[in-house]
Amino acid sequence: MTQYLLRRLLIAVPSLLGISLVLFSVLALAPGDPFGELAANPNVPPEVAAELRRKFGMDDPVLVRYWSWLTAMLQGSWGFSFVSRMDVDLLILQRLPTTLLVIGSSQLLALAIALPVGIYAATRPYSIFDQIASTLAFIGFSLPTFFTGIVLILIFSITLDWLPFVYRADIAETGWRFYWEHFRQMIMPVTVLGLFQAGSWTRYVRSAVLDVIRLDYVTTARSKGLPERVVIAKHVVRNALIPVVTLVALQMPAIFGGAIVTEQIFRVPGIGSLLISAMLANDTPVIMAVTFVFSVLVILCNLLADLLYGWLDPRISYR
Amino acid sequence: MAGSTPASPTASPAAATGAGAQMVSSPGGEAWRRFRRHRLALGSAFILGVILLAAMLGPFVWTIPINDIDFNARLSPPSLKHPMGTDDLGQDLLARMLYGGRISLAVGLAAMVIAITVGVLVGAVAGMSRGSVDAFLMWLTDLFLSLPQLPLLLLIFYLFNDSLKKLVGPETGVFILVVAVIGGLRWMPVARLVRAQFLSLREKEFVEAARALGASPARQVVRHILPNAMGPVIVAATIDVAAAIIAESTLSFLGLGFPPDIPTWGRILFDAKDHLDIAPHWALFPGMLIFITVLTINYIGDGLRDAFDPRRVL
Repeated sequence: MTQYLLRRLLIAVPSLLGISLVLFSVLALAPGDPFGELAANPNVPPEVAAELRRKFGMDDPVLVRYWSWLTAMLQGSWGFSFVSRMDVDLLILQRLPTTLLVIGSSQLLALAIALPVGIYAATRPYSIFDQIASTLAFIGFSLPTFFTGIVLILIFSITLDWLPFVYRADIAETGWRFYWEHFRQMIMPVTVLGLFQAGSWTRYVRSAVLDVIRLDYVTTARSKGLPERVVIAKHVVRNALIPVVTLVALQMPAIFGGAIVTEQIFRVPGIGSLLISAMLANDTPVIMAVTFVFSVLVILCNLLADLLYGWLDPRISYR
Repeated sequence: MAGSTPASPTASPAAATGAGAQMVSSPGGEAWRRFRRHRLALGSAFILGVILLAAMLGPFVWTIPINDIDFNARLSPPSLKHPMGTDDLGQDLLARMLYGGRISLAVGLAAMVIAITVGVLVGAVAGMSRGSVDAFLMWLTDLFLSLPQLPLLLLIFYLFNDSLKKLVGPETGVFILVVAVIGGLRWMPVARLVRAQFLSLREKEFVEAARALGASPARQVVRHILPNAMGPVIVAATIDVAAAIIAESTLSFLGLGFPPDIPTWGRILFDAKDHLDIAPHWALFPGMLIFITVLTINYIGDGLRDAFDPRRVL
């Protein structure tokens, strides 16, 4: 297991390098120049501007610049936010827990819907339940997150006035009230993200279970006299989950995209809304760092998926 | 019997009566016959056709200009004069929606063409060549698959937007950028699909026969392998149109896509979201249209998947 984990970690390094290369090339190819304003400013003599460019390595070859950027990122010196007036890594550390909390709970919600519904629908294909579930799943993943968010706000905040539609990090309550308020304001963002994921996952789970349920070994398990519940839970679902894990891991980038939109709609103070506000304020160091953090999160999720394979399919660990 | 379970829940499995009497001439006709069996897909194709026609011909029928400001009719709910109501400047929303539909649908189609072209190219090259070229292209595909798409989309947009606008004007500049970036980030599934198809088709007897008759690799690919690999690609292309429309709307919804004077559906929704309490109609119409377009395209993709799957009996 340890060896498997180590090998997977080693495989993650080149993809992380590749992603950093893509990010850096985008930045290097971009026409904008961080010293453009300086050059246009008549109060700064050209020699000073040139000296500054040399000092910050703007005239170095591309590979040298990539190397110094990469080492700086790895050492944790991610720059200084022009707008928030603080170090970028501190800013992101402040915002990251909220994002992870919202994404994590929405994934749990999606799993809690998709697994039972998908399995139940697959055990009774073409029944009324299956048809309704499939139609709802289709609608679920065709609804863009920004529209569901707006409709939910319209219904639950404006018409019914049950839930707050602005997420607040500073709630002036203590004890149980504090947690209750936090829970209340998380309901809508988590529901929007969770329902979107649940739609596509239900389809994955259903088709994966449907593929497995007709196989001979399942018939064998049934003819041994095992109760149907055990057959489904122990024999079918475990094997059906292997392709599902792959698809879920492949969907991770889309999930982070949805999280950005959701954070923007509900003003959740996470790194997604940080990215948008940084873009609107031209805060380049923050933009680069947040994009990098998202990439690292995607790689981490792929790693997690690989570990899940090892657990679901014991043959993999010894290969 | 493991392979005979229809993958799609929405097709009616008992609808195959009377199919045997019909003489089927071409693969295309056969696919169309099978597509018609998927009633939801057929209905979706009809609805999408109506939306397409409305976007193309609507502005000639509904001739109110999209930027006709009328302060007497600000934020008015749907009425006979303004069937979809007006926005905060009193601009007619129906006219803006029809115009925005053109852009949203054009972005979807153009981005799909780019994604499919790049995907088929990469997949075909990887599938035909063995060894290091294949390995490198697949590594590249996997790398692109693990890029966080929306942040990268936003990043590229943020960095390149201004200079491209200066180069070719605001509308074309944003259009080119949106299409190129969305298309350029969506080719990977197609590449994998095409490569997998090529790997199996390349070893089939009919390709071997063509090879034995002296067909060049290019002829083998174009005449023999590619036409047989197109089924799943067409399905992926359909789904890609929907994904590109969502991506464009998302970009516009975040306030980073097209400028305010070009009303795409996402942009209208972005402008509407601060007036939800007094003018909900403003947000509901574009949102519903995006949703219906995406839903119908997805259903059509589902129907095509059934129609092109040779193992399914319909």
